[in-house]
Amino acid sequence: MVQFTLPKNSTIRTGKTWPKPSGSNVRKFQIYRWTPDDGENPRVDTYFVDMDSCGPMVLDALIKIKNEIDPTLTFRRSCREGICGSCAMNIGGINTLACIYGLDEVKGDVKIYPLPHLPVVKDLIPDLTHFYAQHASIMPWLETKTNTPAKEWRQSIEDREKLDGLYECVMCACCSTSCPSYWWNSDRYLGPAALLHAYRWIIDSRDEATPERLDDLEDPFKLYRCHTIMNCAKACPKGLNPAKAIAEIKKKMIERIV
Amino acid sequence: MRYLTDRKRAMGKGSAHSGTEHHWYMTVSAVGLAFMVPTWIYIFGSALGGPQEEVLATFARPFPAILTALVIFIGMRHFAKGATMMIEDYAKGSARRALVILTISLSYAITATGLFALARIAL
Repeated sequence: MVQFTLPKNSTIRTGKTWPKPSGSNVRKFQIYRWTPDDGENPRVDTYFVDMDSCGPMVLDALIKIKNEIDPTLTFRRSCREGICGSCAMNIGGINTLACIYGLDEVKGDVKIYPLPHLPVVKDLIPDLTHFYAQHASIMPWLETKTNTPAKEWRQSIEDREKLDGLYECVMCACCSTSCPSYWWNSDRYLGPAALLHAYRWIIDSRDEATPERLDDLEDPFKLYRCHTIMNCAKACPKGLNPAKAIAEIKKKMIERIV
Repeated sequence: MRYLTDRKRAMGKGSAHSGTEHHWYMTVSAVGLAFMVPTWIYIFGSALGGPQEEVLATFARPFPAILTALVIFIGMRHFAKGATMMIEDYAKGSARRALVILTISLSYAITATGLFALARIAL
């Protein structure tokens, strides 16, 4: 059965409270900490950040904490402008990218956890191995059978426009890890991110593997575990709509039988 | 701990090449039931509280009898398929299979009982 409670070794405990700096504009951060090295349970550490000397985004605060308070705090980050998808985490109960999520958007204390329902590597770093393998399984590349043209695979402006709202996905996993169906059945359900990418290649006018792609997706778990909960669309920090892409795949499936 | 590659773990046993029929049936039956159930509730509600002979006479008429049969049959098929999907969401392994068998059996038992009762009234 589905586990509704955390196993004993995953129960979160109260961690260390770091010294509060002087100043009137100080904000409290509660951050999930866990390391595989000490065999301890996860804990939530409390930090205080002087907002007068901190940038406006959640990632700015995390970098400030790492640089000035606790160098052991571990998280992924790279581009700092919402393109790489590295800094995806759960901030104030919302899966989003720390680099483009403003601190002014969080009410009260800033509570930061890793993306939910994924194994944790350390602190705010989730293990995305299975997520990436699922992405690879949908063949995220152009599949053609016709001989390669001398110059290029041509595409009309209208057909290119069909890829808008799909190609922008940065694979941050915010959508998949906000999806209850993915929480319960991620071993077999591909999840919103992989399915959005699958649709991106199905709808590509240059791709010649549409039948194989649809055949591969036609499965009660791989595709049809989507129950249109729409958390994915709400969570996507890029404003994409994976639920719509999944619905379009379902429509294509139905067009094959009706 | 099984030493599987990440890709093999993600691919699993591959596609079952089914699910679209189920999805289409649920869509069509949901649309059908959206019209049939309110109509049936109206007929049932009109007959409710009347003398037994009047209730029996209502459900002996062709339209209420056929509608009742359709609501029972399509409703129970819809229930069985929907509940199966719900069980697949939350239960795993043998428990999943046992609950699916139980749900489908229950739906057929209710259908048979309902249609038998209706036949006794209408025929």
